Amino acid sequence: MDLNYSQEETKFREEVHHWLKINLPEDIRQKVIGYQELTKEDYQRWHKILAAKGWSVPHWPVEWGGTGWDMTQRYIYDEEFALAGAPRLPPFGPAMCAPVLLKFGTSAQKEQFLPRIREGDDFWVQGYSEPGAGSDLAAVKTRAERVDDHYVINGQKIWTTLGQHGDWIFCLVRTDPQAEKRQEGISFILMNMKTPGITVRPLILMDGGHEVNEIFFDNVKVPVQNLVFEENKGWTVAKYLLGHERMGSGSVGASRRELAALRALAQRELKNGKSLIEDLRFKDKISRVEIELDALEITSMRFLDQMRRTGQAPGADVSMLKIRGTEVQQMITELAMQAAGPKAQPFVSVSNGVVDPFTSRLAPRYFNFRKASIYAGSNEIQRNIIAKMSLGL
Amino acid sequence: MNFELTPEQKQLADSVSKYLINEYSFEKRKAIINSESGVSEAAWQTFANMGLTAMTLTEVDNGFGGGAIDLMAVMEAMGEALVVEPFLDNVGLAGRLVSRMGSDAQRAKLLPGLIDGSERLAFAYMEQGHRYQLAPQLTLAKANANAGAWVLNGRKCLVTGAASARHLLVSALTPQGASLFIVDTQAAGVELNPSRTVDGFRVADVLFSNVSLHADALLGGDGAAMPFIEEATDFATALLCAEAVGAMKSANDATLDYMKQRKQFGVPIASFQALQHRMVEMYITTEQARSMAILAASKVDDTTNSTGRARAVSAAKIKIADATRLISQESVQLHGGMGMTEELKVSHTFRRLTMIAQQFGDADHHLERYAGLT
Repeated sequence: MDLNYSQEETKFREEVHHWLKINLPEDIRQKVIGYQELTKEDYQRWHKILAAKGWSVPHWPVEWGGTGWDMTQRYIYDEEFALAGAPRLPPFGPAMCAPVLLKFGTSAQKEQFLPRIREGDDFWVQGYSEPGAGSDLAAVKTRAERVDDHYVINGQKIWTTLGQHGDWIFCLVRTDPQAEKRQEGISFILMNMKTPGITVRPLILMDGGHEVNEIFFDNVKVPVQNLVFEENKGWTVAKYLLGHERMGSGSVGASRRELAALRALAQRELKNGKSLIEDLRFKDKISRVEIELDALEITSMRFLDQMRRTGQAPGADVSMLKIRGTEVQQMITELAMQAAGPKAQPFVSVSNGVVDPFTSRLAPRYFNFRKASIYAGSNEIQRNIIAKMSLGL
Repeated sequence: MNFELTPEQKQLADSVSKYLINEYSFEKRKAIINSESGVSEAAWQTFANMGLTAMTLTEVDNGFGGGAIDLMAVMEAMGEALVVEPFLDNVGLAGRLVSRMGSDAQRAKLLPGLIDGSERLAFAYMEQGHRYQLAPQLTLAKANANAGAWVLNGRKCLVTGAASARHLLVSALTPQGASLFIVDTQAAGVELNPSRTVDGFRVADVLFSNVSLHADALLGGDGAAMPFIEEATDFATALLCAEAVGAMKSANDATLDYMKQRKQFGVPIASFQALQHRMVEMYITTEQARSMAILAASKVDDTTNSTGRARAVSAAKIKIADATRLISQESVQLHGGMGMTEELKVSHTFRRLTMIAQQFGDADHHLERYAGLT
């Protein structure tokens, strides 16, 4: 047993670290570590920089622009990016739509979409959830009717992250409302967001941010060439996507960086004339989070090692990374808000009010991160998965 | 990076596990606990024959030169079987102290017997009113008028395995500071008052009244014992964490089985989501605790970084203490009334897990230590 990375892996880590130091734009990094919203331009600028280096889609097959790295290298790459304060590229194109196209797409679809995803030319978003289909995704109702050589789409999607930036959207739609099993009447369809009949309406969350949207489809005409895989086989595609690339869901690197920021904050803040970090009650809370994160890191490494040895993803157990990873993230956001104390209250300056640009982001950040245990399969759904698949319950 | 055990490590753990399933079953364990000595000579001999007592001793002392990682899976098997032999106390603590601090003569006197199973040791360090402190406060060793000899006075409590030991390693204050002494349990002035713990172990309070010791009873340098005591305790704590993982696995397995069998409202209670999610929490918590046990074992084997070692061990112990509490409580709750009974193993696992949470310091103790090392 050996918990250390190999010499080559350590060298690789240094290479990524060094490259980030030179190439990560400082204004973007400041936004990330200061918990500011990124613009579409920020994301695309960063994507172009990565694409120029050949690092925008490391996990893709080499012939489509992947780097050929193994799982451990990809893990190290993600971790170094998170530690450096590099924004995570929105996963919808590179990590969600692309793997689906690579597995199920026609060559025409691959040619049309993959290079543009790789280069960051198109901003993709995800059309899965609906008002009546959250955890129960197979309940989607958005209707796609085949008329000659196109589909006519009517319905609504919700919680579309960064939908306001979307050039393209992939959607689960109902093509056969009569199917005996709900899962059998669903299809996976790609739509250009500029198609007439698509309306994006912002959903402002309690942190005041515009991150998610509702999307309405009113007689939207989509060419049949945009169907991925077979009609009514969308559930197969969706399931493949859900099982894809979940190793990073523990967000260990990002939590490490935020924990260090939390420590620094607690060092600066005073309680009874002494640094808050010296306060035993507060210190214990930080210690417990840090230890949970240590454990999460080792658990992630155990799964990586298992994949390396068996060539098999660890399956349902990966859900525990999502559960514990988001719990740790949420604990850190909460402690950061507590560390700021009264300074976490001011939000926006109305006239000449003093609003600290960092501490004023900590309460909104805490509010915002309540999402983490809800999105990407709520933590209750993750527990269902482990109960069923790992424990046979 | 590699988390796989070597074939030898796996094989050893398998043999231990097989032996324990057959010869240290729940019923046989009960008989051992209720026997006069409270320990099993046969089990001890088997451990010695399997090489467990020699595993972490150096090759110079005819050991195998292994580390905590080599014993991790073995400790897990012992945890699953709720073994009540003072293995940790002999191999993790006393044996390690002798091996690291002893002169050639002292090692030659004690270690061959430890390896072959004929010698039994115990480490006497806890003192009344001082909770989990490792440094001696109330046990004093004074230089005797005879040059180089010592007189020992004081009292130790909760010395695990004292009654079955031939020699005690006793921590005591000398004018130079904390020191360690080898004391024959039969020596004049040594009084043992044994008890049985809530989790089935035999411990003793030991009284030392003017015990006279020869010069060669001093183990290591005068006043130089603390770094060794801290190291050995960290080593034993790492092993205890692995043992805890085994005990938690046993509780989880039993609970999962029970949930699938037990019917209420005409269906197995395993079909209730409220219970499923609690079981999942137990499972995740055990895996997270296992990760910390692995981390601790790897750090105690790295002798170059004592702060890193102490930090990892305290972190692991905090995690283990929190985890053992959750798993013990939930396993009883999900068993319902049956979980409360003496006849089910899960209630015994509950008791052991509860005591493991406190052994070598509870979560609060280690949070304080951890914070001091940050």
